[in-house]
Amino acid sequence: MNHKFLIHKQGDHVGVAVVDIGSGETVRGVFMDDDTTIEINARDSVPLGHKIAIADVPGDASVIEYGIQIGKATGGFGAGAHVHTHNLRSARW
Amino acid sequence: MVDLTGFRRENGNVGVRNHVLVLPVDDLSNAACSAVGALVPATLPIPHAYGRLQYGEDLEIHFRTLIGTGVNANVAGVIVIGIEPNWTARVAEGIAASGKPVEAFSIEGHGDLEVIRRAAHAAQRIVQHASEIRREPIELGELTVSIKCGESDTTTGLASCPTVGVVVDQLVDAGATVFFGETPELTGGEQLIAARCATDEVRDRFTATYRRYVGAIEANGADLLGSQPTQGNIAGGLSTIEEKALGNIEKTGTRPVLDVLGPAEAPRNGARGLYFMDSSSAAAEHITLMCAGGAVLHIFPTGQGNIVGHPVEPVIKLTGNPNTARTMVEHIDLDVSGLLSRELTLEGAGARLREVLERTANGRLTCAESLGHREFSLTRLYASA
Repeated sequence: MNHKFLIHKQGDHVGVAVVDIGSGETVRGVFMDDDTTIEINARDSVPLGHKIAIADVPGDASVIEYGIQIGKATGGFGAGAHVHTHNLRSARW
Repeated sequence: MVDLTGFRRENGNVGVRNHVLVLPVDDLSNAACSAVGALVPATLPIPHAYGRLQYGEDLEIHFRTLIGTGVNANVAGVIVIGIEPNWTARVAEGIAASGKPVEAFSIEGHGDLEVIRRAAHAAQRIVQHASEIRREPIELGELTVSIKCGESDTTTGLASCPTVGVVVDQLVDAGATVFFGETPELTGGEQLIAARCATDEVRDRFTATYRRYVGAIEANGADLLGSQPTQGNIAGGLSTIEEKALGNIEKTGTRPVLDVLGPAEAPRNGARGLYFMDSSSAAAEHITLMCAGGAVLHIFPTGQGNIVGHPVEPVIKLTGNPNTARTMVEHIDLDVSGLLSRELTLEGAGARLREVLERTANGRLTCAESLGHREFSLTRLYASA
C-alpha cells in the first residue's frame, strides 16, 4: 500500500487518513472517483480516520467532502493540516 | 450463490428465525415474562421499560411496536402478558390477526404465580408447535431487510456503507423490501434523499417528516455536538453532522425511495422496494422500530464498534476500520477494511456481504446473536401522563 489517505472526489478539500500519518511526512492520496493521486506534506500528525487538508481553505469558507459542503472552516487552514472539530464546524447546528 | 431457506408464515411473510416470544405489554409484567422464560427455556422473553400511562401518538407507537414485533415473520408464536386485560387484549388481537398462535394473560385479579403457571403451559404448547415448522426454499426478493449504521467514523463513508449500498441495490432489484431511516442523521444530505423520492407526493411527505423531526430537536435548543455526531464519531474523525450524514447515505444505494413510513409502520400497499422510515438514529430504538415494521434481517455498518443486537431481528455487522476489526473481532461479522488499502474492490466487498447475508438468513448466528445481544428499546415521544 503506497497511499496513506483517500479522497472521495476531485474538488474535495480534505482526504481521510487510512493509516496514522506523522507530522512532516510527505504522503500520497488516491482520489476514489478517478484513481489519480496527489502528494501532500503533512503539517500535523493525522490519526487513521481523521482528515488531512489537500487545499488551502480560508476562515468561514465552505469545506467540501463527497463533493458537498460538510461545514465551514473556523479560522481557516492550509493544505497538509489536520482538519477536525478545532477548525471545522457544522453549518447546520 | 447460496440456496436460501426461511420460514413461511400464515400471512405469507417470510422469516429467517423461528422464535416464540414472551411479550410484556408493560414494565410491570416483565417479572412474569422472565419466569415463563425460565420455565420454558425455548421461549424468548423480551422485557422492556414502558407501557403505563402513555397516551396519544406515544401510546400508538408503543402498541404498533409491540404488535409489529409479534407479527414479524421471524416469530412463530407469542405469549402476551400485561397487567390489565384491555391493553393486553389489544396487543394480542393485533398479533393474532397475522394468523399465528397467540395466547394472552392479564395479571390483575390473578397474581403473578397463577399467570406464570397458565402462561407456561401455553408457552410449552406453542414451542412444541414451532419446533415442527420447517425451513422452506425462499427467494432473496421475499426478504425484508433494514439498514442503519452506528458508532460511525470516516471509514464508514469510505468502506462499510458503500458496501451496504451495493447489496441494497441488489436486494431492491431482486424484489426485496429495504428500510432505512435515521431522520436527523440525514442532515446535510437530506436533499440527496429528497431527489430520489419516487413521486412529488412522496418527496413532500419526506421533506415534511424531516423538517418536523429536526424542528423538534432545534426546539430543545441544545448544542448537539457530542450527541450528534457522538463522542465516538468525533474520536473516529467525523467532525460535523453533514459529514456523518453523507457517509450514512452511502449505504442506501441508488434506487428510488418508494414511500415514507411512520415509526414501526409496515408498508401499506404491498409494493416492494426501498422505504424511508421516520426514526431516531439510536441503534437499538431504530432496529426495534424496523423489526416492528417487518424487517427480518438487519445490516449494520460500524466504524468505531457499535455492539448492538436485537432479540428478533439478526444484526449483521461490518466494519471498514482495521483497528475495530482487530480489537472487536467478536462483534464483527465482516471486515471490509481491504477497501481502505485498496486490496478489495467495492464489488468484491459487496459479494462478501451478500454471502454473509445469505448464510445468516439460512441460520448462521450473527456475532450479536451468539453473544446474547437482545436490545429491545421502545421509542418514546414524550413523558407519560
